[in-house]
Amino acid sequence: MNGKRTRKEVQKPREASVYLNGKLVARIKEPEKFVEAIRKKRRNNLISHEVNIAYFPEFEDVVINTVHGRARRPLVIVENGKSKFTQELKDKLASGKINWNYLIQQGIVEYLDAEEEENAYIALREEDITKDHTHVELDPVVILGISASLIPYMEYNRGDRINYGAKMVGQAIGIPMKNFLARTDTKYNAMVYPQLPLIQADISTIMDEYPGGQNIVIAVMCYDGYNMNDAIVLNKSSVDRGLFRSYYFRTYETVKKKYWGGQEDEIAIPEPGIRGHRGEDAYRELAEDGIINPETPVSSDSVLVGKTSPLRFLSGEDFATGIENKRETSMTVRYGESGIVDEVFITETTDAYQLLKIRIRDQRIPEIGDKLASRHGQKGIISLLVPQEDMPFTSDGVIPDLIFNPHAIPSRMTVGQLLELLAGKARALSGKDIDASAFNHMKEPEIRKLMKSLGFRDDGKQTLYDGRTGKKYEVMIFTGLSYYMKLDHMVADKIHARSRGPVTLLTRQPTEGRAKRGGLRLGEMEQQCLVGHGAALVLKERFDSDKTMIPICKKCGMMAIHDVVKNKSTCAHCKSTEVAWVETAYAFKLTLDEMMSMGVMTNLEVEEV
Amino acid sequence: MTGLPPKIVREIEEYAERKKLSEQKRQKIMETARELYSKSLYDAEEPVGVVAAQSLSEPATQMTMRTYHFAGTAGIQVTLGLPRLLEIFDARKEPKTPTMTIRLEKDYQDIEKVRKIAEQIREVKAKDAILSTVVDLTDLFIRCRLNFEKLEELGIPREKAHKIIKLRNVETSLEGDELVVKPKNADLKTIHKFKYSVLESHIKGIKGISQVVVTKEGDEWIITTLGSNLAKVFAIEGVDYTRTVSNNIFEIYDVLGVEAARNAIMNQSKYTIEEQGLGIDIRYIMLLADLMTVDGEIKAIGRYGISGQKASVLVRASFEETKKHLVGASVRGEKDELRGTIENIMMNQVAPIGTGAFELVGRIPELAGQKASGEKKTKKKAGTASAAKKGKTKTKSESGKKAGENKK
Ligand SMILES: [Zn+2]
Repeated sequence: MNGKRTRKEVQKPREASVYLNGKLVARIKEPEKFVEAIRKKRRNNLISHEVNIAYFPEFEDVVINTVHGRARRPLVIVENGKSKFTQELKDKLASGKINWNYLIQQGIVEYLDAEEEENAYIALREEDITKDHTHVELDPVVILGISASLIPYMEYNRGDRINYGAKMVGQAIGIPMKNFLARTDTKYNAMVYPQLPLIQADISTIMDEYPGGQNIVIAVMCYDGYNMNDAIVLNKSSVDRGLFRSYYFRTYETVKKKYWGGQEDEIAIPEPGIRGHRGEDAYRELAEDGIINPETPVSSDSVLVGKTSPLRFLSGEDFATGIENKRETSMTVRYGESGIVDEVFITETTDAYQLLKIRIRDQRIPEIGDKLASRHGQKGIISLLVPQEDMPFTSDGVIPDLIFNPHAIPSRMTVGQLLELLAGKARALSGKDIDASAFNHMKEPEIRKLMKSLGFRDDGKQTLYDGRTGKKYEVMIFTGLSYYMKLDHMVADKIHARSRGPVTLLTRQPTEGRAKRGGLRLGEMEQQCLVGHGAALVLKERFDSDKTMIPICKKCGMMAIHDVVKNKSTCAHCKSTEVAWVETAYAFKLTLDEMMSMGVMTNLEVEEV
Repeated sequence: MTGLPPKIVREIEEYAERKKLSEQKRQKIMETARELYSKSLYDAEEPVGVVAAQSLSEPATQMTMRTYHFAGTAGIQVTLGLPRLLEIFDARKEPKTPTMTIRLEKDYQDIEKVRKIAEQIREVKAKDAILSTVVDLTDLFIRCRLNFEKLEELGIPREKAHKIIKLRNVETSLEGDELVVKPKNADLKTIHKFKYSVLESHIKGIKGISQVVVTKEGDEWIITTLGSNLAKVFAIEGVDYTRTVSNNIFEIYDVLGVEAARNAIMNQSKYTIEEQGLGIDIRYIMLLADLMTVDGEIKAIGRYGISGQKASVLVRASFEETKKHLVGASVRGEKDELRGTIENIMMNQVAPIGTGAFELVGRIPELAGQKASGEKKTKKKAGTASAAKKGKTKTKSESGKKAGENKK
């Protein structure tokens, strides 16, 4: 009655439809046996290991997939509650007698796709295998992707911190690619002295050729108020020695274009008199060919290539006045950027136009406002650079490179970072390799034992002395070594202020954005704040950026026309010459115009004050 | 100096009497109180609206991020947090989860009596007493298997069972254990719809009240319900109608009037905010509730409420539905007096708030013995002239007024 199948129906011999790559090809009986048979053949290497088969009893479907583009992952096969990857095979694999292909051919490891995974019961570790399991993971770490695997002692951190950490590793400045000096990518950063992490997970060795940080000595303590709220105090002397130094590269390119009618761009120092000429001084750094020489220091708006283009539209006036039919289209350094010309490339595009690429290099020494992060989702901004003589020091004379605020730990619970600090210290002191792979690494008691054997406290604490006074700190301070990254968010790229500058054509209000020398927007909420304080005159002044005077007809209230030459205003609507000048925002004048275009007549009633 | 409100004066005097203070001391207390009171008053032209709006919306933004739910607690799952706050301020006709908190009179504080009232309130629908239904498509009738135990609980004897379906144009009869419901005019298309109206048909209780929970608050028994119907509940004997509340503001408005609705808006929003662990001064909520109810009916904050009914065309147009307001204003030939803040900010004039609300007026020509020049001022001055304007243009400085007028 309610549409559910009765017990009887379920028990009758099952049938299933077989779909091969999405197409219905057959209707079969005993689907379980069918699926089992195909799997067996695959494991015996009788059919390709790329074939995946799945059975969905609730839909009575058997799905076979052989196409490309499926995400598949390897798993060890479990039969009768036992992993097929035996100790004997492990030893053989370790000694190099067998390889990965052997394991696949012998039906020890198989790749499952998303659909076949639905039929599998996968154990995380070998110890967890029961007789119901069909597979076991190669290693528990495979539950993580590569970026999460880069975090040492990953499982000691809270989930969200792993997420943040993995995200920030991607923003680290290191070695972007091995041939970066020969490339002309639009922009990239490269670190000067990158290092491999002292403490890293096994899997992260795949990133060994692209390191993205440096190992530094850290003291977990406060330094006056300078490292509150995730700020970072850095040792200035370390910075002077090259800590976190990087280069910022930007490539500018321009094409010498050809136009209709035989006209073309000219690459040369623009002659005076050309439209948009920047003045002789602007082209001083250019060589005779109009292109800047390598190793020339440049800054905002410096001309890199002198170029002139033909005017696109010729108006009668231009011919009449005899101005040369050219305009200046030189390539200049972006606003807010500077550096040294690194390399000049002169080549051709596929259309056989001349192509010029100029790469600028800018040295970036860590400064207040740059962003640093550990691999545990703990980011911070440099707030103070302290000379090493003012930094705390140990009795051995070790001076930390960075002072990390302990308040960043309790609420975020990044215990992995504390372990990394301790393990880093142990590794640096002993020279022993310490693995930090997730789930399967040197455990804390062992690290502690190692520290003890080196003659240090096993909790990583040390007595520190204040560099400014020489006095001993009353408490022991946790110190250690950790891998730190400089992230791709530097103040040099962001610092911006404006007092006067360009406006947009339509509204006459200041432009937006740093690249356009824009104003800093006083937004709706800021406006409300001024209103809330009753500061009416401040409010008016702040929104004065587009103020204009408009002539309003006293008779009808429409905008009048002002003839500058005759210095006379007339109303186009009622021909009256009696006009009142009203001060208002240009944006409001624009609104009036727009309303008029809608067919709404707007009358301003004016009166004298 | 501002006088103290009578309530505070009375309180101080009572205190002085109780403590038997000397006249001198009483005077001193009164003086201090007056000073503190005048300090805590708003200044003239201070923009209370903006301050209230900010004070309300800051915690509201906090709420978007964390709205706590209580899973598994006894009681009724009520909409809380930001969704509820929006419900109140948008003046929705029906809350998502209407509830009532019913308090009872002193004589009814007995679990048996409370249960009895609760049972009276809860709505019983036909589907509660029907186990299963079969639709006969050939003869167009519905056969229902009845739950006689349940009917007995409800006090309906077997012989009267067929009377539970109180729909019009329906014939009902009892055939053995089954109830046959035959509609007088039905066809194949409507018979299924009819089945649902049979299942949903009302047997007893108050319509719309689907759940009733009896809890004890201190020494008092209270009944909370899902679904609200104040008028009917007030009529039940034993219900203390002075302390029984609903969260349906429009219902309160219909049953008890605007004043009660204003209080309901206040109490409900205060409760919602405080329940989230946030705090707002009650005066801001009062201002908002007053604004929503000033003209005798509940108006929403937003497009169809307060913002959509503002006096200024420019302000309405700058909020939402720009074209609608501009065209409407031009058809009606509306005039914008430019008295508000937003209009003046738009025109870059000094807004009449705070320091901008005052002007210095000196009749200089009269003082100099000349005749006052210029037209008669019948309308509000929209702003003061700037010096630059005078110097540059050599015309008398003006300030603008705007009125939309119909011209096609
Ligand atoms: Zn006119």
